[in-house]
Amino acid sequence: MEHNATTLSTHEHYDPVGAKLGMWLFIFTEMLLFGALFIVYSVYRYRHPVEFHLANQELNVTIGFINTVILLISSATVAMSITAMQKGNKKLTMIFLLITLLLAVVFLINKYFEWGAKIHHGIYPGSEFLLSLSHGDILFFGLYFFMTGLHAIHIIVGMVILIWVFVRVKQGRVNINRYALLENGGLYWHLVDLIWIFLFPLFYLIH
Amino acid sequence: MSGTTTTQRMPSYLEYKGRFKGLAGWLLSTDHKRIALLYLYSQITFFLAGVVMGIFMKIELMAPGQQIMGPATYNALFTVHGLTMIFLFIIPGLAASFGNFFLPIMIGAKDVAFPKLNLFSWYLFMGGAIIVLIGIFTGDGPPDTGWTFYAPYSLKTNTNVVLTVFGAFVLGFSSVLTGLNFIVTIHQMRAPGMGFFRMPLFIWAMYGTSWIQLLATPVVGITFIMVIFDRVMGIGFFDPAKGGDPILFQHLFWIYSHPAVYIMILPAMGAITEIITTFSNRVVFGYKAIAMSSLAIAFVGYLVWGHHMFTSGMSDTARLVFSLLTFLVAIPSAIKVFNWSATMYKGSIDLQPPFWWAMAFLFVFMIGGLTGLVLGSVATDVHVHDTMFVVAHFHYIVFGGAGLAFFAALHYWFPKMWGKMYNKKVANIGLLILFIGFNTLYFPMFILGIMGMPRRYYDYLPEFATPNLISTVGSWILALGLIIVIVNLLRAKKAPPEIIDNPWNGRTLEWKIQSPPTLENFEEIPVIDHGPYDLIKE
Repeated sequence: MEHNATTLSTHEHYDPVGAKLGMWLFIFTEMLLFGALFIVYSVYRYRHPVEFHLANQELNVTIGFINTVILLISSATVAMSITAMQKGNKKLTMIFLLITLLLAVVFLINKYFEWGAKIHHGIYPGSEFLLSLSHGDILFFGLYFFMTGLHAIHIIVGMVILIWVFVRVKQGRVNINRYALLENGGLYWHLVDLIWIFLFPLFYLIH
Repeated sequence: MSGTTTTQRMPSYLEYKGRFKGLAGWLLSTDHKRIALLYLYSQITFFLAGVVMGIFMKIELMAPGQQIMGPATYNALFTVHGLTMIFLFIIPGLAASFGNFFLPIMIGAKDVAFPKLNLFSWYLFMGGAIIVLIGIFTGDGPPDTGWTFYAPYSLKTNTNVVLTVFGAFVLGFSSVLTGLNFIVTIHQMRAPGMGFFRMPLFIWAMYGTSWIQLLATPVVGITFIMVIFDRVMGIGFFDPAKGGDPILFQHLFWIYSHPAVYIMILPAMGAITEIITTFSNRVVFGYKAIAMSSLAIAFVGYLVWGHHMFTSGMSDTARLVFSLLTFLVAIPSAIKVFNWSATMYKGSIDLQPPFWWAMAFLFVFMIGGLTGLVLGSVATDVHVHDTMFVVAHFHYIVFGGAGLAFFAALHYWFPKMWGKMYNKKVANIGLLILFIGFNTLYFPMFILGIMGMPRRYYDYLPEFATPNLISTVGSWILALGLIIVIVNLLRAKKAPPEIIDNPWNGRTLEWKIQSPPTLENFEEIPVIDHGPYDLIKE
């Protein structure tokens, strides 16, 4: 509150606590968005345990594992960029943001080849081959494409946010005194990472 | 306060000249008050469109057999009526309009926490509305699924479900961002000295509402996207032919759409609390009980969605648990009603139009609430499920509850928002006609439901003729009352401005500033050292 009293006279209102609170609330909504999908996943897995088990053997654990490592590293680099900003090192902040973006691109390229292989084998939503399989297979691959696809969209949104943050850092609008935007970008990126941490075992690992 | 002369007054938010002039000054303004009016005007427009559709439906149901439309048109009409009224009028409801206008003022702030996001939310709202409208008027015709989009029919019908559902998704996004904005505003922007328990009760209601908006909407959002992908890509999430489960759709839909009823009614209850307290000239009875009951409704309301599905196929255990939880919601609702009554007891009641609106609200809300118990109990629900009884109950709660409270709030805050007063006598006459029309329209539906008339049919057996005719006549009376009320307010809006900063002797912060408020609401942020309703001699 004491913060408000000092800044209300100026036109540019800056409230890092409020901004971060807003971001956390938004992250709750994202979790519920995926939460509904996790419910759908559990219901259908419970109904078709054998088909889900056989279908998940079709997924490439290696690519999934590499992508998990990539996202974990990118989460670390985005956190490092925030630390660099707290220490006032603008150049290092930008370098870490660039590394994060680069890792995101590598993730998407991997995803592209992984999806491409599936589609090449005739496995995609609504394909004749998939519809000839059992209900459990249809639902497993339906959920696989839908959930990893939605996650990929979140990766792209996260990249747009990080590019925007990068420009703001470059302009000096995000600086050592006001870097809530950078922190919020990092928070969002961690969310994207966290969702993958749940998707990976659910689709690739659980037997 | 009332002694202030015109010369000392600052330009109001209506007169303020910002960076943009004319229409752009409204469409690009991040002032929460202007955004509130944008919401208010668009919502009332959608409401009136919904009323017209409702009247056409009632004309069709005037007598057995086909009157003015065939079954397909009727199906489309009740779907579009539901979509318009629910997603475009009453879910944004009091929160988007009066919440936007008064939430910052009542906590002593100059604006919401994220003003630009606030404007963006309105654009999302209008964008969603336009997508829904395009969905209605293009392609293979308006959806005929009912506003609930139940699978598998919503996957099979040839009508334009995809666009409409996507519009509803965008509207949900708007609702989430508004809720997020309000929560941060309440946490961060309260004036010095205003602890949580010095907030007006409307703010408590808004707080509960915002949490529901935030936590329930994403679930239905992703469910709608799944329906779109089922239709476009043929995934089969809810298609039994591919192993999908339509009942799962119903669960996911109601996990949002039942709490959505509380998104509609909670701000309404908040506004009613303000009105009853002001016109009783008493400190509100049971402040903490009312504040906590708002949160309790928000919380328990989350866990009762299954009562929409008693006949859909669920285990008996699940049905009994959902039934029990449904009955629990009655407790915090009743806490509010009893505290309102206790506030009026021995109060020095000032019988002004907003108070009459609040009384009309109480009367119909009680009928709506008690008939809700009939639907919450498994045995009786099975008997009246999908009959006109449900239609009657729903309209008593949503139109009679949230809708009447919307107009109560409009009459209460009208002088503050525009700095003008309407003709009180005409307002009372309009309300009386509307109230008679409302009960004539909806009460026969309870009887029809008990008699066994199903809902959502354009035709019915001759046994149901008389109550249906009475109901149709009621819809005309209601429309007449509505016209009187709205014309009265429009005329008042055109009248020359008066100085009425506090016409009702209100005690919350919005009555301590000028009407209409200035751009920044407060020239000096107030310091709060007492409760919101304390009677203090000035």
